[in-house]
Amino acid sequence: MSDKKPKDDISGVETTGHSWDGITELNNPLPRWWVLTFYACIAWAVVYWVAMPAWPTISGHTKGLLGMSDRRQVDLEVAELVSSRAPQFAQLHATPIEMVSKNKELFQFAQESGRVAFAQNCSTCHGAGGQGAKGFPSLVDDVWLWDGSIQGIRSTLQTGIRTDHPEARFSQMPAFGRDKLLEPQQIADVAQYVLTLSRQPADARAAARGAEIFAANCVACHGAEGKGDQTQGAPNLTDREWLYGGTLQDITTQINLGRGGVMPTMSQRLDPATLDALAVYVHSLGGGT
Amino acid sequence: MLFKNHGIIERNSMILLIGILLVVSIGGIVQIAPLFRIEQTIEKVEGVRPYTPLELAGRGVYIREGCYTCHSQMIRPLRDEIERYGHYSLAAESMYDHPFQWGSKRTGPDLARVGAKYSDAWHVQHLINPRSVVPESIMPPYAFLEGREIGIKDVVDKHIVAQTRVGVPYTQADIDNAKTDLMAQADPNADSEGLQARYGGKVTVRDFDGDPSKVTEMDALVAYLQVLGTMVDFKTYEPKKAENLR
Repeated sequence: MSDKKPKDDISGVETTGHSWDGITELNNPLPRWWVLTFYACIAWAVVYWVAMPAWPTISGHTKGLLGMSDRRQVDLEVAELVSSRAPQFAQLHATPIEMVSKNKELFQFAQESGRVAFAQNCSTCHGAGGQGAKGFPSLVDDVWLWDGSIQGIRSTLQTGIRTDHPEARFSQMPAFGRDKLLEPQQIADVAQYVLTLSRQPADARAAARGAEIFAANCVACHGAEGKGDQTQGAPNLTDREWLYGGTLQDITTQINLGRGGVMPTMSQRLDPATLDALAVYVHSLGGGT
Repeated sequence: MLFKNHGIIERNSMILLIGILLVVSIGGIVQIAPLFRIEQTIEKVEGVRPYTPLELAGRGVYIREGCYTCHSQMIRPLRDEIERYGHYSLAAESMYDHPFQWGSKRTGPDLARVGAKYSDAWHVQHLINPRSVVPESIMPPYAFLEGREIGIKDVVDKHIVAQTRVGVPYTQADIDNAKTDLMAQADPNADSEGLQARYGGKVTVRDFDGDPSKVTEMDALVAYLQVLGTMVDFKTYEPKKAENLR
C-alpha cells in the first residue's frame, strides 16, 4: 500500500495520495515511542483482562487469575490492623478497668485508643474536648448525672441512657407544664425556689411557696435538699452546673417539658475493648470518684 | 483489507449507515446488557426492607434539600473508611433506593451508617442549628423543617406508588395502610402493630422531633436518618463467601 503512495518533492515525506485543488497532505509517521507505548498499553489491557476481574458473564463476571477482589483485599488489611492491636486490646479487656491506670503503658494505650474512638463517636454530642453543649452533658467537670466512676462510665457506654437496651439507665422527669401536672403559677414559684437552691437571686415570697411544691413533687428524685440522685440520673440543683441552663427561663422550660437526653447504646457499634478504652479516656477527662 | 477498501464504505451511504449501526450497537450491548442481570450483583442479606412511609417521606426531604450534594452514603471498601464509618456499604443496602443516594462529595461526613449513632434530640438540635452542637460545622440550618407538616397525600398517593413502579416490593396492604403507618411511627402512643407486622419488629416508633402535636418533616427526616445503615443483620452476613466477594 505504501509503496504506491507518492512522495512530496520538497520534504521527501510520503503523502496520503489525496489531492484537493492541487494541495496534497503529508502523511508523517507517528513517533516510534508513541506507537510502541500504544501497543504496550493494548498488550497490558489483555494481560489485565486475564489476571484481574474484568468481564461480565451471564452468571457473574470473570474472576481473573490473581483472584483479586476489593473486598478480600480490604478484609486482609483490616485483619492485619486488628491483629496488630489485638495483644494490647486483649490485655486492656482482661485488666479490671479501675486497675488500668496503674499500668503506665496500658493506660497510655487506652488513652490513645479512647481519644480516637471519642473523636469519632462521642465528640459530636459531647464536644471535641468533652465540654458538652446545652442538653448534652459536659464530661470535663466532676459533676455527673449518672455514676461518674470508671465502672459507671463503662456501664453507661455499654447500655446507653433511655435506649431500648434492657439494662439501659432510665429515668423520666415528668413534664409538669405540658402534661398539666402543675399550674403555671406553681411552676413559676417552684422555679424561684430552684433558683435559691443554687444561691441565685430569687423572689423570696414566691420561693417560699415554691418550697412546698418542691417538697411535694420533686424531692423523690432531686432529694430533700435538691442535691440530686445519681442512681436516677437526677441532677444536683444546688451547684452551678446545668444541663439545660440555669436561668429562670431555662429552669421554667425544663419544669414545663421534663426533657431527658438519650445516649445511644455504644455496645451495638463498638467492641468491648474499645468501650474499655473509652471509659478510661472519659474518666481521665473528669471522672467522679 | 478493510483499510484498503474503506473508500467503498465512505462512498456508499447505506453501507456506512449499517457500519455505524453495527459499531453503536456493540457499544450499547456492552453497556446495557449487564443491567438485565443486575440482581445478581446484590448480596443476599437478612433485614433489608423497603422504607416505611415516614422514612420515605424523610428521604424525600433529604433529596429535596440536596443533602446528597454534601453527604455521601457509600462507605468504600478501604481500611480507613471502615475504621471511621463501619462495615463497607453493600449493594443490598441501597437496593430499594430509587434514586440511590451514594453521592460523590463529602463536604460533611458519610451518612451510610449514621442510624442509631446519635440521639433524636441531637439530630433535631443539629438540624435546627448545626453550630449549637458542632461549633466548627459549616452546614446550613434547616430549622424550618420543624414547622412544616409532611405532605401526607403526596407520600401516600404518589411517592409510594411511584416506588412500586420502579420495583420496590410494597404490597397493596402497604399502600392501603400507608397513612396509618406514617402517623403511627411518629407517635409512641399509637397502635403500631400493623406497622411492625408490615415492616418488621425492628422499626423504631418514636416521637422523633420531640413535638407530639404534629408530624413534621423534621420527624420524617430524623426517622430516615436513624434507619440508615441499620437494616442489614451483619451477624448472618458472610463477607468472605465467594459470591459476596467482588
